[in-house]
Amino acid sequence: MADNKHVDDVSGTETTGHEWDGIRELNTPLPRWWLWVFYATIIWSIGYWVLYPAWPYPGGYTKGLIGTTGRMEFIEDVKKAEAFQAPFEKKLAAAKLEQVRTDPELLEYAMAGGKSAFAVNCSQCHGSGAEGFKGFPNLNDDEWLWGGKLEDIQFTITHGIRNDTDEDSRSSEMPAFLKDEILDRQQISDVAEYVMSLSGSSTDVQAANKGKAIYAEQCAQCHQPDAVGSTEFGAPNLKNAIWLYGGDKKTIVETVSYSRKGVMPAWGQKLDADVIKKLTIFVHSLGGGK
Amino acid sequence: MSENDNLNIDRHDVEAVNKKENRPLYKKREKIHPKRVKGTFRNLKWWIMLATLSVYYVVPWIRWDRGPGIPDQAVLIDIPARRFYFGFIEIWPQEVYYLTGLLIFSAFALFLVTSLVGRAWCGYACPQTVWTDLFLVVERFIEGDRNKRIRLDRASWSVSKITKRVVKHVIWLLISVATGGAWVFYFADAPTFFKDLVTLQAPFVAYATIGVLTFMTYTFGGFMREQVCTYMCPWPRIQGAMMDEGSLTVTYKESRGEPRGPLHKGQTFENRGDCVDCNACVVACPMGIDIRDGQQLECITCALCIDACDTIMGRIGRPRGLIGYATVAGKEPPRDKKSILKSIFRGRVITYTALMVAVGSIMLFGLITRSDMSINVLRDRNPLYVKLSDGSIRNGYTFKILNKSHLRRTFMLGIKGLKDPDVTVVGNQNVGSGMNHFTVDHDRVQSYRLFIAVSGKSLASPSRDIEFILTDINSGRTATYDSVFRGPEK
Repeated sequence: MADNKHVDDVSGTETTGHEWDGIRELNTPLPRWWLWVFYATIIWSIGYWVLYPAWPYPGGYTKGLIGTTGRMEFIEDVKKAEAFQAPFEKKLAAAKLEQVRTDPELLEYAMAGGKSAFAVNCSQCHGSGAEGFKGFPNLNDDEWLWGGKLEDIQFTITHGIRNDTDEDSRSSEMPAFLKDEILDRQQISDVAEYVMSLSGSSTDVQAANKGKAIYAEQCAQCHQPDAVGSTEFGAPNLKNAIWLYGGDKKTIVETVSYSRKGVMPAWGQKLDADVIKKLTIFVHSLGGGK
Repeated sequence: MSENDNLNIDRHDVEAVNKKENRPLYKKREKIHPKRVKGTFRNLKWWIMLATLSVYYVVPWIRWDRGPGIPDQAVLIDIPARRFYFGFIEIWPQEVYYLTGLLIFSAFALFLVTSLVGRAWCGYACPQTVWTDLFLVVERFIEGDRNKRIRLDRASWSVSKITKRVVKHVIWLLISVATGGAWVFYFADAPTFFKDLVTLQAPFVAYATIGVLTFMTYTFGGFMREQVCTYMCPWPRIQGAMMDEGSLTVTYKESRGEPRGPLHKGQTFENRGDCVDCNACVVACPMGIDIRDGQQLECITCALCIDACDTIMGRIGRPRGLIGYATVAGKEPPRDKKSILKSIFRGRVITYTALMVAVGSIMLFGLITRSDMSINVLRDRNPLYVKLSDGSIRNGYTFKILNKSHLRRTFMLGIKGLKDPDVTVVGNQNVGSGMNHFTVDHDRVQSYRLFIAVSGKSLASPSRDIEFILTDINSGRTATYDSVFRGPEK
């Protein structure tokens, strides 16, 4: 090709020598500034080969003179963050829960840590806004099955509920009144009416009256005679507006017939005590206190 | 020897380097050596250079007392604190629309000027023009005027050439460093920052900024010059849309000048044009064009060719203004009162003026009525609402109080639109029912969390419009924010 150069008559520019139906392609030179930038980038890249890990070879790769990688920078950043957090962690470990709540700086630190720990560990069941689902309590409201004081929450998170991995796990068991043949279907219907009447949603006064006696006999030990519940047994208050599984008759009948058995893992076996402390502060801030 | 000699006119045997025919697409740049001119426009340009450079260098050093604890620099862009001080005006990041307004206003001002007098911005006030002019002054002072510079360029390297070049570039670099150096003072307290810069205490970014700006000033003013205007700047391409046949611009009056030609001894101006083809306009041009070729993209209307031509016209005893400000149509600028008015009050001019007035008034109104307090409310979206054990519905909010004044102030919060709301502020001790007191330091934003609960029965619809009302306890002034209160779908 090199020996038969063709120069375009009109523009005076050399062509590539390719021709399609009499149309030739101009071999227009690249703008010089562009070319120089291109060469400059090539030279720049050589610097990269020398300084950073670049070329693979069997069994390894060139490490580069400054011996750093993105991964190492990340590890360094994490170390830096940990060093920054260290004094707070130390203070947090030494402080009692109530002290954390009254120290604004420590509170802010614990809240931030608690929020991210909640998102990682708790949000799968309790929801990203701690709003809960059927069977998984809403942590924003003011009903606390096992107690909403700081210590109560810390204990619940650490040991969990009704699990068989932690001896100190919160534990209680509601009988399955139909399945265990303690009550028959009519009795269960009556007691359900009574329970609904406590929050003013019963429609059958007669059935509710019949249910009252059954309640006193079967339910009052845990849910208390006045139905306010007991945090000792994780027995919910039956008089208020909050229903973990639902407050309609069908659901209440189902609950009484077959029982409920909500389970929560013992996070003390997985998380550090300090993380649980942060979680406690965070969860308490949502709706705790009771 | 030229025929013009007897009339004491230098006839330059040159062609404009940027003449269209002389410039194929891939031609290497030819250096332009503008010749010094004297005259009205040159004087005007000296004054404008003095004024613009003074503004640039002096403004950061002007002080403006705003009270203790607040920067006393008249013009300060405080990026770390996110405040913009401009005399009595103080802008927070939330009010960046003032800056947008200022940019729109400036754009319309540019349009207006262009439709009246062409590219006056380019020719007189653009930093590229001013700094190139300044660099040329240095060049001329050290290397001499046009012919000497051309000779020096061609001369082989000698001690004298090297000395001249070194001195020129050192002075250019000093100007460049001063240019970049002055820029950073707009972003920090100038006197303290100057000390920091000199004692190498200033942050790296300041030196980097100065470095980049030094490099740009040096290359733009010393080497690229007219190429910046012709190839890099979008403005020459836009200008066509701003001008019409009534706009004034630097024009060669062909009807008067042609047919051009050297003036022979004893020749009169009968049957010939006034242009003696001396090329004084060509050698004066910093853009390397020949104005006699008509309107060109390259022309920044610096008006130096007007001065160059007027000098020659004076010598040959012809009226001045062969090259001068005229409309694109080539007519003389209007002289009598009626036609002056007519040429000014064109539709385009009136439109741009009206737009400037509109934008200016909106901004002025905004600045005068600018509130020094405001409230922002963020409603919790997850969960939307919480049902409490007594059946009441609770919503969570994060609200921010912006105290834009220079005083520590106490505010009161009220909520409108709900029946008997139970308001709890998290992390504030003065919790009352409905009303709370919040003290915020001067120039601060303070953030609080707030719960509002109402009885479930009082909620008629799942969503209610509510209003947060913030009241300054001392002045009684208020700021409001609209939000909603959510409850369950019925």
